[in-house]
Amino acid sequence: MAELLLELRNLRKSFGGLVVTDDVSLDLRQGEIHALIGPNGAGKTTLIHQISGTLAPDSGHVIFAGEEVTRLSMARRARRGLARSFQITSIVAGFSAIENVALAVQARSGSSFRFFRPVGTEASLNGQAMEALAEVGLEHRAAAPAAVLSHGEKRQLELAIALAMQPRLLLLDEPLVGTGAEEAERLIRILGGLRARYGILLIEHDMPAVFALADRISVLAQGRVIATGTKDEIRANPIVRDAYLGEEEA
Amino acid sequence: MNATLLFVQALNGLQFGILLFLIAAGLTLVFGVMDFINLAHGVQYMVGAYLGATLAAWTGSFWLGLLLTLPATLGFGLLLEFLVFRHFYDRDHLSQVLATFGVILFLNEGVRVVFGTAPLQMPMPELLSGGVTVMDGLLYPTYRIAILAVGLATAGLLWFLVERTRAGMLVRAGASNAPMVSALGVDIRRLFMLVFGFGAMLAGFAGALATPILSVEPGMGDTPLILAFVVIVIGGIGSIRGAFLGALLVGLVETLGRGLMPDLMRLVMDPSAARQTGAALASMLVYIVMAAILTFRPAGLFPARR
Amino acid sequence: MRWRETAVPLAIFLALAAAPFLGFGQGHSLTLLARAMIFGMAAISLSLIVGGAGLISLGHAAMLGVGAYAVVVLDHARITEAWMVIPIAIAASAAFAAVTGAIAIRTSGVHFIMITLAFGQMAFFATSSLAIYGGDDGYTLYSRTELFGSRALEGRLFFHFTCLALLILCWGLVQALLLSRFGRVLRAISENETRARAVGFEPYRYRLVAYAIAGAIGGLAGVLLANGTEFVAPAYLTWQRSGDLLFMVILGGTAGPHGALMGALAFILIEEWLAHLTEHWRLIFGPLLILCVYFLRGGIAGLPRRG
Ligand SMILES: Nc1ncnc2c1ncn2[C@@H]1O[C@H](COP(=O)(O)OP(=O)(O)OP(=O)(O)O)[C@@H](O)[C@H]1O
Ligand SMILES: [Mg+2]
Repeated sequence: MAELLLELRNLRKSFGGLVVTDDVSLDLRQGEIHALIGPNGAGKTTLIHQISGTLAPDSGHVIFAGEEVTRLSMARRARRGLARSFQITSIVAGFSAIENVALAVQARSGSSFRFFRPVGTEASLNGQAMEALAEVGLEHRAAAPAAVLSHGEKRQLELAIALAMQPRLLLLDEPLVGTGAEEAERLIRILGGLRARYGILLIEHDMPAVFALADRISVLAQGRVIATGTKDEIRANPIVRDAYLGEEEA
Repeated sequence: MNATLLFVQALNGLQFGILLFLIAAGLTLVFGVMDFINLAHGVQYMVGAYLGATLAAWTGSFWLGLLLTLPATLGFGLLLEFLVFRHFYDRDHLSQVLATFGVILFLNEGVRVVFGTAPLQMPMPELLSGGVTVMDGLLYPTYRIAILAVGLATAGLLWFLVERTRAGMLVRAGASNAPMVSALGVDIRRLFMLVFGFGAMLAGFAGALATPILSVEPGMGDTPLILAFVVIVIGGIGSIRGAFLGALLVGLVETLGRGLMPDLMRLVMDPSAARQTGAALASMLVYIVMAAILTFRPAGLFPARR
Repeated sequence: MRWRETAVPLAIFLALAAAPFLGFGQGHSLTLLARAMIFGMAAISLSLIVGGAGLISLGHAAMLGVGAYAVVVLDHARITEAWMVIPIAIAASAAFAAVTGAIAIRTSGVHFIMITLAFGQMAFFATSSLAIYGGDDGYTLYSRTELFGSRALEGRLFFHFTCLALLILCWGLVQALLLSRFGRVLRAISENETRARAVGFEPYRYRLVAYAIAGAIGGLAGVLLANGTEFVAPAYLTWQRSGDLLFMVILGGTAGPHGALMGALAFILIEEWLAHLTEHWRLIFGPLLILCVYFLRGGIAGLPRRG
């Protein structure tokens, strides 16, 4: 078995009286796509927040590549190789597409306390940013202001930013949300191609995509992991069918 | 410094703290409920003082003047809200800061034009002009005690209004979640106006109350404004309880510091240097206390529940 | 839009360079122009915090004040050589900014506004209580700062061009800063902090460094301010002065140092013009400020708005 890249142990989080993450334990191996599915409001995004460091869990542990990162800041975790995309697109709207990506390259290559040289002329930053853009098929829009990109293009940009970080683990929160059929197909192809290089925790409502991509699937409902297993196990699981898949496939 | 003097200083500090609370209460509510930063809150204190002085002169009675100041400052607050503030509710803090700064420039100058630059001196009301023996051989001015009493009563009333009435409940809810309150069908603009007028009235009342012991002059609201900001930052923005405790703390630190610092410094340096350093330190003390508190509790001592 | 960022400042610099020879060479005009340039520097440094880092400081006058008082302290000790005075003043205000910023930047939004205001007041009261330097009444310098022992700065024209040169330097510096690696991170943080964190930047450090740099430039402006009037008083540090500076930045627009530059010049000219009209010019200035904030959302630099 490949080494564990991410391990969640007994994570708990509540907002006031609402328990959003209820004793979640989960793991993810190197080179694996682990999909996390569950109905709206199940607590998937909140879980990603806790893994990436946006939110601190009330209790429990997040272990990344053998190291406890539960108390590290989001920026620290990012520099250790944890990249995330946001369900609601989060880009720097005033930057061009390539500058958004170059920012991520810059974060991992050398000091950013350099004050005089115009950053736009740094060929190595731009080159690597361009590669990431090309990987998601957005190179032709490199110079466009991020604000004017179409919704689908913004989703691609979001992915390119995560790739440019050269992470070890990608946390993708509904990368396909709101993309058209054609764009979705392309993104699925890209994600499949990434499998070899990264571990991916994929949150997605698009079931065909999930079943096409995932090695393992976990189902989250009301903050609890109600099942984890291979595609076939999940398909066959009666609890899951009741709680979730039933309505999807009906 | 002996114990008696210390006691007097402490009383002065509390009394100053109470005045600060009356100013800070409105500021923290306006801020908590509307997320509106109002630099012009201090000039409302000034306007209260001028209105109180004018009305007292008109009616020939300090008390009648004080009473009339309430509706007058309320009206003035509502007028400002109508003319300026409401147009900036949905703008960013930067715009609010500058717009209310413009109001300060205008009003400080306006007061100068109408009343002149010379400070007005208000006579102490007859009834409270004496002193009270608070300790053996220590006479403390009755009026200052009255300020303490009135201030505490107002604080109590405010606590009752905010914690025990429907309007107060809306205000508290608004402070933590304005969109939710408006989703409940409450006219949030009306609520804003109400809070605003009420805050202006409290500040104006504090100003009128202070006329016999402070000189009434243009710009007199600027220093209390900044101290009130310190108060609500220390106390936690949006919290009445925090404003109350923060105000007493700031009042005490400010007053006791001025009294004690030079003496304390004398322990470690020669008298003239001690006087200088002591005075410098005393004037910085509140801000140092604030910085210290924020270092450990960036949201203040009693952050409003959010 | 890009051309305006350099073309407008260059035009302004040219005009300022030519002004003494085009009928603005007498004492009063030169004093006014020097004032405009000094506040231009101050506003440019503030714009680095406001526009660059997205932080609204209401205590920036203290940075100038610390620089000006550094001149006073050195003058009192009879140290007037520019190569001593300027670095020490800059270091003092940068240090003041770094220390107060270290606390203030832990907070954000309104807390930040109030805390910078409070620190500004702290500096104000501290200078007021410095009796050896005149306390409230202020301090008259024995002499202007000297360049290698020469009193060149006392020459009106020389002072004018010194101010202009330093103004250009500050503008170029801030402009370069915003386009550098550091500036890119700063802009990203102010526009979308979560995104910046998510790719691995700790906003605190970048903001603090920007704050200290702004403090340093403010200190330099303070040195010039002290030299321009040969007099320094706590009045330089009032919070109203900080409000004025903030207004200059907004009046010009926060899109870059060119906005702050235009804002400062416009501010000083409007102030001068109104003060000519009436003693009570603030009665007009206050409402004018409100209207500017209400209508001029992008500042002067954003005019004319493209449809
Ligand atoms: N900051 C918050 N405060 C209070 N409740 C919150 C907060 N954030 C999320 N919640 C609640 O927690 C629950 C889980 O939210 P979350 O966004 O994690 O769900 P999700 O599984 O990502 O849903 P979706 O599929 O719609 O994206 C929801 O009921 C939501 O209302
Ligand atoms: Mg979600």
